Amino acid sequence: MDIHQYLDQDQKKDLLRFLTAGSVDDGKSTLIGRLLFDSKKVYEDQLATLERDSKRIGHAGEAIDYALLLDGLKAEREQGITIDVAYRYFSTNKRKFIIADTPGHEQYTRNMVTGASTANLAIILVDARKGVITQTKRHTFIVSLLGIKHIVLAVNKMDLVDFNEDVFNSICADYKSFVTRLSVPDVHFIPFSALNGDNVVENSQLMPWYHGKCLLEFLETVHVGSDRNFDDLRVPVQYVLRPTLDFRGFSGKISSGIVKLNDELMVLPSRKKSRVTRIITTDGDTESAFTPQSVTLTLADEIDISRGDMLVHPENQPRLERQFEAMLVWMNEEPMDPFTQFFIKINAQTTRARIDQVRHRIDVNTLEHHQANSFSLNEIGRVLVTTNKPVVFDPYSKNHNTGSFILIDPISHNTCAVGMIIDKLSQADLYSRLTDNETRKLVEGGKSLIDKAELESRYGQKGVTIWITGLHGSGKNLAAYTLEKRLFDMGATAVLLDGSTIRSGLNRELDYSPADRAEHLRRVAHIARILNDQGIIAICSFISPREHIRGQVAEIVGKDRFHLIYMDASPDYCRSNKPELYQLAESGKLQHLPGVDEAFDIPVNPAIVLHPQPESVDVEQIIDYLSAKGIFPITQNRS
Amino acid sequence: MSDSSKINSYTLNNLRELEAESIHIIREVAAEFEKPVMLYSIGKDSSVMVRLAEKAFYPGKVPFPLMHIDSKWKFREMIEFRERYTREMGWDLIVESNLEGFEAGIGPFTHGSKVHTDVMKTQALLKALDKHRFDAAFGGARRDEEKSRAKERIFSFRDRFHQWDPKNQRPELWDIYNTKVHKGESIRVFPISNWTELDIWQYIRLENIPIVPLYFAKERPIVELDGNLIMVDDDRMPPELAAKAQMRKVRFRTLGCYPLTGAIDSEADTIEKIVEEMMTVTKSERTTRVIDFDQEGSMEQKKREGYF
Repeated sequence: MDIHQYLDQDQKKDLLRFLTAGSVDDGKSTLIGRLLFDSKKVYEDQLATLERDSKRIGHAGEAIDYALLLDGLKAEREQGITIDVAYRYFSTNKRKFIIADTPGHEQYTRNMVTGASTANLAIILVDARKGVITQTKRHTFIVSLLGIKHIVLAVNKMDLVDFNEDVFNSICADYKSFVTRLSVPDVHFIPFSALNGDNVVENSQLMPWYHGKCLLEFLETVHVGSDRNFDDLRVPVQYVLRPTLDFRGFSGKISSGIVKLNDELMVLPSRKKSRVTRIITTDGDTESAFTPQSVTLTLADEIDISRGDMLVHPENQPRLERQFEAMLVWMNEEPMDPFTQFFIKINAQTTRARIDQVRHRIDVNTLEHHQANSFSLNEIGRVLVTTNKPVVFDPYSKNHNTGSFILIDPISHNTCAVGMIIDKLSQADLYSRLTDNETRKLVEGGKSLIDKAELESRYGQKGVTIWITGLHGSGKNLAAYTLEKRLFDMGATAVLLDGSTIRSGLNRELDYSPADRAEHLRRVAHIARILNDQGIIAICSFISPREHIRGQVAEIVGKDRFHLIYMDASPDYCRSNKPELYQLAESGKLQHLPGVDEAFDIPVNPAIVLHPQPESVDVEQIIDYLSAKGIFPITQNRS
Repeated sequence: MSDSSKINSYTLNNLRELEAESIHIIREVAAEFEKPVMLYSIGKDSSVMVRLAEKAFYPGKVPFPLMHIDSKWKFREMIEFRERYTREMGWDLIVESNLEGFEAGIGPFTHGSKVHTDVMKTQALLKALDKHRFDAAFGGARRDEEKSRAKERIFSFRDRFHQWDPKNQRPELWDIYNTKVHKGESIRVFPISNWTELDIWQYIRLENIPIVPLYFAKERPIVELDGNLIMVDDDRMPPELAAKAQMRKVRFRTLGCYPLTGAIDSEADTIEKIVEEMMTVTKSERTTRVIDFDQEGSMEQKKREGYF
């Protein structure tokens, strides 16, 4: 093969980016040094420096310390640890490679996360004498968190266990039982010795029982092309090109998918549509372009498009939301301050964002979930993020480019956290919309000058919430109004809140979808809470179909003040009371009717169950209950 | 699209993937910064970077200027090439030099490589950046050139004094770049960080990118100084050294100040021959740069001080 042929061939090689995780003790640097050395990436002068340094500051005695070849920065060389991510380059006749060489210790988790963000494959090193240890699990978790689909568990130092097959098999079995808990689709196992080069670039004679590929051959042949997403077209508009009055091009790197001439595209967030008239690539005009090309598109219509917008196919749209859940990795030395209004950068979009809630922190060693309100350096957890304006995104699991973001500190401008979006908020989830209890404590509010005892003695009652739940037509309102009248006659002070009154005014913009219903009930819960704080009994009549939402309402009101009453009426009874409503729902003309197309959870542990009768309801059970509990009339010495 | 760009219909080869990444980086800077500039060293890496910028804004004009820091000791052929290329391609070109240093007679022969590099390159660059108030400066450095570069970010933050702190680098994940800086702070951007020397040559070949003829082997007047082959480019070389010059067929693997840049004996007068030679050479690129020998970790030291 002459040089022209060689270059033509070389030009067609593809690129594999991989991560190496493990500590110096596992022989990681030795392995990389060997890959570079054996692919002749180490030059004579570097080798001379290496020999000189090996004797002076090396950790390998008189032998060449390959690790010194890699540790670039002075401080790192002196401490003998690889602190930062280092990128290494080598190529073979089959492929080009970029290695993200990352440090192994827990205090450098953020560096490993950084290296993993651009890798297609991860080599996780273990020492054959030690097997799968805590560090191995931590590395595997991070690799799966960042969505790397291919793992090689590279079992090093086989020479120190006499190349024993049983040792290798038992490590593989251990690892398999752990890795099944994480979603990594492709896992391989290779026994080797970096020091002597066994199974690194050539299959070793010393492990005849191993029939798989040696490490380098595996890296040269592993198929990663199908990891790319060609289904969902996403072109974030990075730059608007307007060289002349009659040319307007929209430049960006195709995050995923394929775009063709004449495709109809939709612009988000404006939702305007147009047709592709030109696709300009680095190779001139083309008929189609695909991820990860950087292109410039022109469109048939003059529509307003600016940086941060996203071009997509109208039939395949990403999310456009202000709230999402994400896995967050805290990268800053300063711990997270929950009040910060961060800058969020998500592809070409930049806006402000805050972390509304920390759902939990994950222990990277055990994968256990812990309660947390904030994060420190290297901590990882699940959070709820709210942005100032709607942002376009996809779940990270579907699309790494449109599902990842960074948070920038508004004062220091440091990148303080990075995140991977799980998805938009589950629609029926009310809890996330609550004011965080910790935050509430910190916000200084007004303080009433009337204390609770004074209120109770004036009204002769305790401020509680009587929450009546039940299907449409179960007789909630009748019970509520009867109770209100009865309490009034007895001298109590009560306020009645019911669905139709609240929805016709205060909550008139909200519909019956699970998300809006949750918001509706959140507001009602806060009104009830305010009334109770002022010593007044709140009678609330709401379908409130889901048990977990009722629980969340109870948390807002205060669990000790919340008394749940269930109108236990049969579906037939309810239908006979509201026949038109149920007919509409059953014919599909009306949506979101609990008991028909939405679930209704029967309360698990109500204070009282009422069995309604037509035209009348017996509220004496409630009166007796209030009296027995010392709520009304009040009993001062009982709680 | 030509067939060479694709392996099968929807796979990009290595070069096209690197190209897409570099263009994304260049556009990001143009979109996010008020006053970017592209530092132009006239070398092969700069030539590739400049071509990528031309492509990034095609069919428009590149929205930022090129700036060359002229140490006044560059090869004459470099300056000729600079003038011709930028004029033909319609680039805005800024040339800045440390005139105080020049008038004080600072030069490598009289003051040594360390002082010369500091005054005529590092200080000249910093003054020029301050003078024009650039908030982002592209550089053509590659991570595979030198050990300390392997850990530098693509968007490398500099404080008000242009200092780089290797221990306090911003995390850089996926292709999301933090472009926020305060007034007076700046970012150095390295769009070809992930390219190797071979990638550069391949791309020059693929795209027919013009480069300075000094890269190709030719008979040139050479003086051997401490094992380095130094070309006599003008009459500022001390006459007792210049007198020793002999014609040798040499070429340069990197270009800089002529007294500080060693040539190699070579027969390679085409890109193909250069690559062939490169694959059999046993010395890394930077050994022909005299400045690296000053002290251990010297490149890291220079970078902390603001050198590229």
